[in-house]
Amino acid sequence: MTSATDPDAYTGATPDNAIRDADRAEKGPVLAADGTPLKASLARSLRVQKLRALGLIAPLLIFILVTFIAPIADMLFRSVENQIVSETLPRTVQELERWDGESVPDEETFRALAADLMIATELKNHTRLGSRLNYETTGISSLFRQTGRDMDEVGEVYLDQFVELDEAWEEPETWMTLMASDDWLTARDQWATDKEEAEAAQDAATTAEEAIALEFTTPEPDFQLNQISQEALPRTASIYRQFAQVIQSEDEDSPAEEEPWAIVYQALYEDLTAGRGEGYDGEIAGLLTEAREAVGSFEEVPVREFFLEEVDEDWADPEVWGTIEAFSSPYTAGYFLASADFQLTPQGIERQPEDQQIYGLLFQRTMFMSLTIMFSCIVLGYPIAFLLSNLPVRTSNLLLILVLLPFWTSLLVRTSAWKVLLQQQGVINDILVWIGLVADNNRLELINNQTGTIIAMTHILLPFMILPLYSVMKTIPPYYVRAAKSLGATPFTAFRRVYFPQSVPGIGAGCILVFILAIGYYITPELVGGTTGTFISNRIAYHISSSLNWGLAAALGSILLALVLVLYYLYDRIVGIDNVSLG
Amino acid sequence: MELPPYATTGERIWFYTFRVICGLIFFFLIAPILTIIPLSFNAENFFTFTPGMLALDPDAYSMRHYEDFFTNSQWQTALRNSIQIAPAATLLSVSLGTLAAVGLSQSHVPARRAIMAILISPMIVPLIISAAGMYFFYSRIGLQGTWIGVVLAHAALGIPFVIITVTATLVGFDNSLTRASANLGAGPVRTFFKVQMPLILPGVISGGLFAFITSFDEVVVVLFVGSAGQKTLPWQMFIGLREQISPTILAVATILVVISIALLTTVELLRRRSERLRGLSPS
Repeated sequence: MTSATDPDAYTGATPDNAIRDADRAEKGPVLAADGTPLKASLARSLRVQKLRALGLIAPLLIFILVTFIAPIADMLFRSVENQIVSETLPRTVQELERWDGESVPDEETFRALAADLMIATELKNHTRLGSRLNYETTGISSLFRQTGRDMDEVGEVYLDQFVELDEAWEEPETWMTLMASDDWLTARDQWATDKEEAEAAQDAATTAEEAIALEFTTPEPDFQLNQISQEALPRTASIYRQFAQVIQSEDEDSPAEEEPWAIVYQALYEDLTAGRGEGYDGEIAGLLTEAREAVGSFEEVPVREFFLEEVDEDWADPEVWGTIEAFSSPYTAGYFLASADFQLTPQGIERQPEDQQIYGLLFQRTMFMSLTIMFSCIVLGYPIAFLLSNLPVRTSNLLLILVLLPFWTSLLVRTSAWKVLLQQQGVINDILVWIGLVADNNRLELINNQTGTIIAMTHILLPFMILPLYSVMKTIPPYYVRAAKSLGATPFTAFRRVYFPQSVPGIGAGCILVFILAIGYYITPELVGGTTGTFISNRIAYHISSSLNWGLAAALGSILLALVLVLYYLYDRIVGIDNVSLG
Repeated sequence: MELPPYATTGERIWFYTFRVICGLIFFFLIAPILTIIPLSFNAENFFTFTPGMLALDPDAYSMRHYEDFFTNSQWQTALRNSIQIAPAATLLSVSLGTLAAVGLSQSHVPARRAIMAILISPMIVPLIISAAGMYFFYSRIGLQGTWIGVVLAHAALGIPFVIITVTATLVGFDNSLTRASANLGAGPVRTFFKVQMPLILPGVISGGLFAFITSFDEVVVVLFVGSAGQKTLPWQMFIGLREQISPTILAVATILVVISIALLTTVELLRRRSERLRGLSPS
């Protein structure tokens, strides 16, 4: 160490060497100790500092982004997300583009609906879609459930007729030949052979453990359509593929061993009557030609009729179709419209009926109550802050404890205290009766209404008003008021014209803080608010846990969030984020 | 605020009226909390003072609600859950938060304002919105209803407090101390633990206390993110207040008041110590 730090023996980067180097260079850029230009060297060290600072911040930043920002983003996304309709009813949505919006849709649309609903029913998605659409038009949920039960019957009449024509139509092998691709058939044969061998090996196993180890768990290869049928019989192929997928994934069965759903026969009938299928020249071309010639004389049962007469006459209601159409896009403003008491109808955006306009009222009430709480906090907080800032430090610190104790006490403790005090048989009513202000049989209703919420929340939020007010008032020099008085102002004028204007920043800070906290409150209104003293946040909680309308909850939450952020921006402009103090 | 000897009668009247008004407001602030303490010793299942209590009859007071709290399995499970969740969340937010606060207090931090806004955001966003978002997102990634999910959520809520208190302490930190330490041959890690940490410790501890209290008191988020297995003390109180209100709640409330007085004292002592260390006179 000693020899290395000896100034004369050391030729590396030291400040002295740098000066010597700089002197030697004379012209050209100023060099740092190691000979690089000073500018570059500074930039590099700055970069290193920045990277080190970011490296220290990064873990927390990532943590907050994942645990907090991502959830908020998810909520914002859910407030517009609406993929369920277009994902569950893709064919119907496409057909509905042609719909005039008033009449009962045509046969083609009903055929598409039947196909979509058959698949949805098998995947058990139709009830979810039903409850989603039920938020918009009541009755759709039960309609979908009811329809799901009857879906097996669509196309049954054709199934019977095809089978009557040739029993081969009943055989899964016929459909395999017609639909499956050669690759898949080969892959499946291979798989079947493997499986047989594995089972044989398992049978030969001597112990149970060995048998378990040998168990054949590879699933059947995913079904693939052949090109010819896809071109010749597009509808049949499309629904058959869905059938095969459902059979493989949901039932863990093989399409090679299952008779197709009746609706596949319906699709085949549709394809053949539309004159398609001529291009098919595969193994069972003869069977298909025979069928194509016969379908003309088949008994026809239009799907539309089946739906309207057998399933539910509600399918004739343009309201139902309008709702499906209105919510067919993958993103919707529907939840936000609902939060503002509008609704998306087939005719466009409409105001909700008078008796269902609850959100406007709820937002108004939230605003009104938050403002009331804010004003009561000013009225109660201002004198206290004034007193605290004008008393000697020792006394004011002692009194400050009376403010800080409620601030530090658990929110639930304070809420339970108010619940106990405000009850009809509670302490306050007892005292009022004892004094004689209130008759025993006419006790005041102080809880489970707006009064309860306002009293309890004023108490809970009062410290948030007093503390910023106090910190501002402490900085107001007392000699201004004295000067005003010596110039002839009455105490009231001196207060109004000199002291009060200087305390306004504190009022602003306290007000915004209290207001931001008040509009998002949940626990206290829930416990002491009854039905009339609740806030928008209680409605959000209701939609998440009881009505399960998450989209609407997300939209209400997004509106509330936007409101709070605007207020917070104001707070930042007036007070500054860095001045948030914790008492 | 002294009353000058030359004050007029009107001024005198106003002076005393003002004090009375302030007294009433202080009463409003403190009385609800003080009322529940004697009520928690009620021998009956009532929420008001019985005649016996007013007559200071010893028989009218009892510890039965406290006994109920310490023997009832539901309350004990809730207490255990709270004790398991809050320290874990505190540890997480203090360790990550202190590290980030040290980073934030360096002189060259790109986009400091934006980063600060993101880190403080859990304190600004109303709890019900945080709870809703976390419920949606955590159920997507399978954390909803798990212990880890609740701990992560509570840690996120506690972080702004740690950041604020620790950066506030670091404002008064003399950076030449770290340079001196580096000059004497200490690596950054050693400098942090031997020089910086002891000086900012009061801030770290009070940040930790804030984070602890946030988690220990928190109801809204745990209601949504947690499941029956993570039922905490405030959750149990919330259920008790909403459904069958029993005086045991008052006993719990009294215990919590005592805890918060202890915490308040600790934070205040730490604040004074920190100011003394920074050479400021305690005020």
